Amino acid sequence: MTWTRHLASWARHLGRWPGRLAAALLVMWGAVTVAFLAQLAQPGDRAAVILNLRTGQTQERTPAELAPVNAEYGFDAPPFEQYLSYLGGLLRGDLGVSYQQHRPVWDMIAEQLGATVALSLTALVLAWVLMVAWVTLTAGRSPRVRSLASTVEVFAASVPQYWLGVLLLLVFALELGWVPVVGGNGPAALLLPALTLAIPLAGFLGQATRAEFELALARPFVLSARVRGMGDLGVRLRHVLRHAAVPPLTLSGWALGATVSGAVIVESVFNRPGIGRVLVSAIEAQDLPVVTGIIVLIAALYVLVNLAVDALAALIDPRLKA
Amino acid sequence: MTTPPLIPTRTAPPTGAPGSLVPPSSTPVPGAEATLAPQAGAPRRPRRRPPLGPLAATATLAVFALAAVAPGLLAPGSPEALDLGATLQAPSAAHWFGTDELGRDLYTRVVHGTGLSLLIGLGAAAVSLTLAVLLAAASALTGRILSGVADRTIEILFAFPTLLLALLLIATLGPSPLSLVLAVGVGTAPGYARIVRGQLLTVRTSGYVEAATALGHGRRRIIGRHILPNALRPLVGIFTMSIGQSIVWASSLAFLGLGVAPPSPEWGALLDAGRTYLTAAGWLVIIPGLVIALLALAATTLGTSIRNRLETGD
Repeated sequence: MTWTRHLASWARHLGRWPGRLAAALLVMWGAVTVAFLAQLAQPGDRAAVILNLRTGQTQERTPAELAPVNAEYGFDAPPFEQYLSYLGGLLRGDLGVSYQQHRPVWDMIAEQLGATVALSLTALVLAWVLMVAWVTLTAGRSPRVRSLASTVEVFAASVPQYWLGVLLLLVFALELGWVPVVGGNGPAALLLPALTLAIPLAGFLGQATRAEFELALARPFVLSARVRGMGDLGVRLRHVLRHAAVPPLTLSGWALGATVSGAVIVESVFNRPGIGRVLVSAIEAQDLPVVTGIIVLIAALYVLVNLAVDALAALIDPRLKA
Repeated sequence: MTTPPLIPTRTAPPTGAPGSLVPPSSTPVPGAEATLAPQAGAPRRPRRRPPLGPLAATATLAVFALAAVAPGLLAPGSPEALDLGATLQAPSAAHWFGTDELGRDLYTRVVHGTGLSLLIGLGAAAVSLTLAVLLAAASALTGRILSGVADRTIEILFAFPTLLLALLLIATLGPSPLSLVLAVGVGTAPGYARIVRGQLLTVRTSGYVEAATALGHGRRRIIGRHILPNALRPLVGIFTMSIGQSIVWASSLAFLGLGVAPPSPEWGALLDAGRTYLTAAGWLVIIPGLVIALLALAATTLGTSIRNRLETGD
């Protein structure tokens, strides 16, 4: 390919970005709207819910009691006005105020965000490592190996996370004592929770990769690489994997969102701090601004990661630029 | 994460790809069955092995169905019978699955909880697929505006991971068995909507629908007689899978204390109750979890096999 054609293909690629950004904004707007509607749909009078939460007792409230709360949270405004001020707040980075703790939702999330992000990213990396090793070693082998390998993948992908977490905890922490049971912030404490998220994810990504990997193994370029005297592992890692990496890569944006939501369960199993714990206690208290704040944040993450994944996929497989 | 049915839409080899004359189903036109000979020059099919996986899956599901309909046959005792002399006993010959903190036999409780657990799974799967088909049909079979709105709705809902969408619903409605069914159903719907949309689009642009259009059949007749039957047939398999997935999601919510409340022997409730005794009596969580995983695996295996059969006519 000459450099002019190369340039033209990049220009075409860049030309698609305004459309992509618009689609991403649209998804974000929709997610925010769903979050707002969920707050409106909460059964009962919201001011009464807030008062009951703060005082810890459920009772009938008089209009005189409710009025200051309604004014504070702007519930007395018409719904559309509330919607606009909610949107405006989000644009300024204001996720609202917790019903229960009476502080900005963003502060509550920010305190716990680091722990969850570390867990999710570690899990995603571990999942890729496990999946690449597993698929590279087993794809395109004898029928028996292949069917065993894909059964393992299906099983790994359908194992409930809480179950896997409890099992790992019981075996590696309680029986063998290799890692601390609970607490601690070091890498050792991160290993089991991350593995709990990574194993089902690896099974899930593995199914997508395997199909593509086996298609790519049958392509002419594999034969030509072998004819040139390249070893089997070299062919698999340098040529086939590059083709097979695109489907799991495009799923990774979705997968990162899934690990963050899986963190809700894993943090509960391993008693780790993080936004999952904040989310569960907010749901128990029906503290909706906190719930929707976390959900909007995760939707934003999903949208951003997907944009990054699109760019990365075009780098790996130049045909996607065309 | 536990959403394997997503994959085939993205990576399955393009049988019945747009414009191709090879339809995705064995019975493209009613009455013209088994006309599809393997393509000349295609690699010879490996010898058929007996389908062990689907058989084992069917047998497993039959046992679960029996437990749901007639729990007394499999476990004659009462699930509420206390035995304070034998609390937190590890699994043994007398108590196959061990006992809980009140000495209740876990095996009996698991068997008697099957009915409610399956009911929740069935309900959630029904909610999920109904929503998915409605969204997918609006996206694939309507005019530009409605189709665009439906497309965006699917994309927006898909931006929420399943568990979070379910949690959002529970936060709004408050925890109860009904909101559990709704939450899991709505949470899993966007993924299935994408699959169904893919199937509808594949069928809509297929050769035999083009042929029917060329023959001058009306839009309604084409949708009713050609598109819907062919695109929706694989749903039987997807429905089977989604029952298993729904039970896993419902039990995950229960593990967080947001499902059916503990005195019930429903599987999620067993997990929630057993969580307190995790270090002293791990089997109270491990065994119900294993039962759930087994059901999910059987449902996924059988569902995939049904779906492949209906799609490729194998």
